[in-house]
Amino acid sequence: MAGLEVEEEESVAPAFSRVVVAQIISADPHPNADRLRLCRVAVGAGDLLQIVCGAPNAVANAKVPCALVGAELPGGLQIRSSQVRGVESHGMLCSARELGISDDAAGLLLLDPAAPVGEDLRRHLDLDDRLLTLKLTPNRADCLSLEGVAREVAALTGAPASYIEVAEVAAGISSQRAIVLDAPAACPRYCGRVIAGVDAAAATPPWMRRRLERSGLRPISALVDITNYVMLEVGQPLHAFDNQQLAGAIHARMARAGETIRLLNEQAVELQDDILLIADERRPLAMAGIMGGEDTGITPATTEVFLEAAFFAPKVIAGRARRYGFVSDAAHRFERGVDFAATRRALERATRLVLDICGGVAGPVTDALATLPQRPPVRLRPHRVRKVLGLDVAPARIGELFRRLGLSFVRDAEDFIVTPPSHRFDIEIEEDLIEEIVRLHGYENIPAALPRAPLSMLPRREQERPVARVRQLLTDCGYQEVINFAFVEEAWERDLAGNEHLIRLANPIASQLSVMRSSLLGGLLANVATNLRRRQSRVRVFETGRCFFRDPLGGPVPGFRQPWRLAALAYGSVLPEQWGCTTRNVDYFDVKGDLELLLAPLAARFEAATHPALHPGRSARVLLDGQAIGCIGELHPQWQQKFELPLPPVLFEIDLDPVLQARLPQYVEGSRQPVVIRDMAVVVDHGLELQELLDALSAHRPAIVNDIRLFDVYVGRGVEVGKKSLAFRIVMQDTRKTLLEAEVDAAMQQLVAYLRQVFAAQLRV
Amino acid sequence: MHNLDQIVQAAVVAFAATDDADVLEQIKAGYLGRNGQITELLKGLAKLPPDERRTTGAAINHAKLSVEGALSARREAIRKMALDARLAEEALDVTLPGRGQRRAGLHPVTRTLERIESLFRSIGFAVADGPEIEADFQNFTALNTPEDHPARSMHDTFYLQDESGAVAKGVLLRTHTSPIQVRYMQAHVARHAALATMPEIRVIAPGRVYRVDSDATHSPMFHQVEGLWIGEDVSFADLKGVIADFLRRFFESDDLQVRFRPSFFPFTEPSAEIDMAFMSGTHKGRWLEIAGCGMVHPNVLRHVNIDPERYLGFAFGMGPDRLTMLRYGINDLRLFFDGDLRFLRQFV
Repeated sequence: MAGLEVEEEESVAPAFSRVVVAQIISADPHPNADRLRLCRVAVGAGDLLQIVCGAPNAVANAKVPCALVGAELPGGLQIRSSQVRGVESHGMLCSARELGISDDAAGLLLLDPAAPVGEDLRRHLDLDDRLLTLKLTPNRADCLSLEGVAREVAALTGAPASYIEVAEVAAGISSQRAIVLDAPAACPRYCGRVIAGVDAAAATPPWMRRRLERSGLRPISALVDITNYVMLEVGQPLHAFDNQQLAGAIHARMARAGETIRLLNEQAVELQDDILLIADERRPLAMAGIMGGEDTGITPATTEVFLEAAFFAPKVIAGRARRYGFVSDAAHRFERGVDFAATRRALERATRLVLDICGGVAGPVTDALATLPQRPPVRLRPHRVRKVLGLDVAPARIGELFRRLGLSFVRDAEDFIVTPPSHRFDIEIEEDLIEEIVRLHGYENIPAALPRAPLSMLPRREQERPVARVRQLLTDCGYQEVINFAFVEEAWERDLAGNEHLIRLANPIASQLSVMRSSLLGGLLANVATNLRRRQSRVRVFETGRCFFRDPLGGPVPGFRQPWRLAALAYGSVLPEQWGCTTRNVDYFDVKGDLELLLAPLAARFEAATHPALHPGRSARVLLDGQAIGCIGELHPQWQQKFELPLPPVLFEIDLDPVLQARLPQYVEGSRQPVVIRDMAVVVDHGLELQELLDALSAHRPAIVNDIRLFDVYVGRGVEVGKKSLAFRIVMQDTRKTLLEAEVDAAMQQLVAYLRQVFAAQLRV
Repeated sequence: MHNLDQIVQAAVVAFAATDDADVLEQIKAGYLGRNGQITELLKGLAKLPPDERRTTGAAINHAKLSVEGALSARREAIRKMALDARLAEEALDVTLPGRGQRRAGLHPVTRTLERIESLFRSIGFAVADGPEIEADFQNFTALNTPEDHPARSMHDTFYLQDESGAVAKGVLLRTHTSPIQVRYMQAHVARHAALATMPEIRVIAPGRVYRVDSDATHSPMFHQVEGLWIGEDVSFADLKGVIADFLRRFFESDDLQVRFRPSFFPFTEPSAEIDMAFMSGTHKGRWLEIAGCGMVHPNVLRHVNIDPERYLGFAFGMGPDRLTMLRYGINDLRLFFDGDLRFLRQFV
């Protein structure tokens, strides 16, 4: 529990038993089958076995795995003696797939010609090996190698670590290349050496191949494999150049803008001037610490190698590979930090392996050195440990932990002055040391304390209501909350929101999720379509969420306005299917009623308006205190068709902020005088909007009229075509005295006369 | 007198013979009406000698009272019968469902967010909000993750195009809600600049966040709640206490264990991953990653002009989607963003 998370643990091969290394002594045609062969197979002790086999590569002398009688293979297959087309068979020769080692089923798994016949295959191929996948955080580059992991495990457990013994390889030839550090801050150290007379076509030893493969690296050729192998061992990325392709001195310099290089991944790139290059006197050879060039890479014909081990500063490597659209193991390590004190050792280790595997003679090492990174001492105050962790760690214990971690320190009174080692790039400040202490000492040793803190009440404004309350109102009205993606189809923005200034994602995961929404309506419509496909006939949904607009005046992120909005949609019958109510589809006024309920006690005004998503004759702009806050209406028949909806949904979308306003109640003493109520019905033009009439009436109403309420709209028999009858209830009161009949009559007559004059309204009797 | 008894007797029988209130009144008229038998007898009193008039009168009155008593008893009985009949007739099938709208529910993640907010409010945390199109500075740089920092690759970030179609510089879709803590701290510092001691910062920041990732366990849009507590004396021990307290309250169970595992985040040091294990139920004994946390990195405090030597504190970030899945036993993250009413209605 100290820092290296084992993400996965798996075995190299599934369980199987009694499979051994076998050699095919002879392979003759099967007497009764064209495709089968009759093999005589040596399995070490005992007589040759007769085994029938159908693999095309079952030929004499091949060494292959043989499952003996009694073997159990992955998947539970039991091997028994049997008759195959009338011929006895005593075992089974196996492909890699039959053993669960790989997917290769083209033929038998061919083994090393030197493999000892009769040896248990698991032992021979080291198949009881286990793979641990570590999840390393970016700060722990020092664990990107086996030695690094060993060092860490030793620190955690106290077990001694043993490291690879590396001896300097003496020069057998004198040839070497000059190295020039043109950018010493970016590349303060570069070690190189020539190795001549190598056999680049030599085979990589099976153990090395196996270890590379099990580490997720593809074997390529012996020289390249060796550089990769040493990188896995000690954490230092290396590069091998074909020495005969190089001209003159090696330079570590910054690229000149516009220089080009063809990389080993066959990508040709144009370089920018913040890219560090390895170059010779003619041309760029490699993007330093990232990837080598194609032209100077190792080929089977290579006989002279120039081996590179260098330290490149993390800052000049960071992000560069990503900029060119690839990743590399070298860049991954250099941008996190590679031990700058171990450069030469890695080169010596690689040299030894080259000589052992590919032969050749090494030249002397050229070790070009400028100023290496400094490791400024870090002060640790034990009382600060206590303050940060809430736990006392005794100075003796701190010293012990530091020693285990290989952190050298001196004491300054109570304090520790720590000099971080060259392989640690993540220890710069006191807190970094506190982290080292706590991860070794154990988080479990920190007490879980209930905190003590000054208590003060949080403000809560009565004139605001929480979003939770608004959501509750909507759910109470039968609208289900949904959460839709904030990126939507481009067509929705164009069609439903009329948005000309799209905010496109640069890297969308799918084309239908590529534009930031400026409206929640598209999502709700898609919800209806989805649910109709799932056999729901009535859908009521709402969402609250941010919408996104380009706006030069927007903030806090300049150029964007990101208001919270609220949208709701009702589709299908106005009430859930039930007894005792006639079914009727939801209409504009149902949803308007819900919206009014939501806004109460604030009263919105609605004025006819068009909206790209809505039916032009059945949509309105919603205004609060004169400000447009949104829209409401029936879906435009055109989109109804596009979304394949049998019925028109009714929707609204408004800004959330105004909805969160609440009114601080203000008490007014009520009058004790009696209220008089009169009704009147007037016939007006059918096209007259109620709001216009009400506005005019309330501006001209007699003082005693308190309230004018519409209670009926009638069109039909008794009302002329092109007209409608509106019935109002008029509430009158005089706060100081009882109203006289004559005063009431006068007020009513005044209202009627006014309506007649302005709207040609006729009193209906 | 014998005659009177007979009359009363006959009246009682006659009253009892009808169930109809109107008929009863007609029968009553035969006794007490203008020409009723009792009325006739009373009219006849005048013809009697005075001494006989008193005794006979008393007897007739007595009979009258008896008839009247029988009448009103019968009236009451008939009224009650009628009422009973009406009530029986008006009886409803009270088991039929009530009429009207059916209530819908909150999205389960909203439900979780509301619960998280209310739990943290109860120990004095404010709730803050911030933009979802965020500045690179707030999302990364101010959180100690400068450009090209390898930790940026921990987040697969959505970037935007500018109007010419090029990748817009300096803006992105926030990859976590931590930038809200930066904005909140900036505002807090500005608000209290005049005070000798900065009041504590206690805030949580819930919201939608975005990463380029989409499979059964990852959604390109998901939720996060960031928490932050800065003061003069706030330690990792307090962080452990708050988190353990929260998880026990959120899951309404003491039957769970919490552990802290070293980890790395650029904006906290030391950092830890928080795992939780239930001691019973479906997930029994399995450690589940719940949140990341740590002590706020001094560089982050410096970025917002808070002196890291004097003030310190912790931050944590957790995934409400995952908490919701654990709380309600939901096994597929994609259900949250699919709008399927059959799923959502279960959270009414």
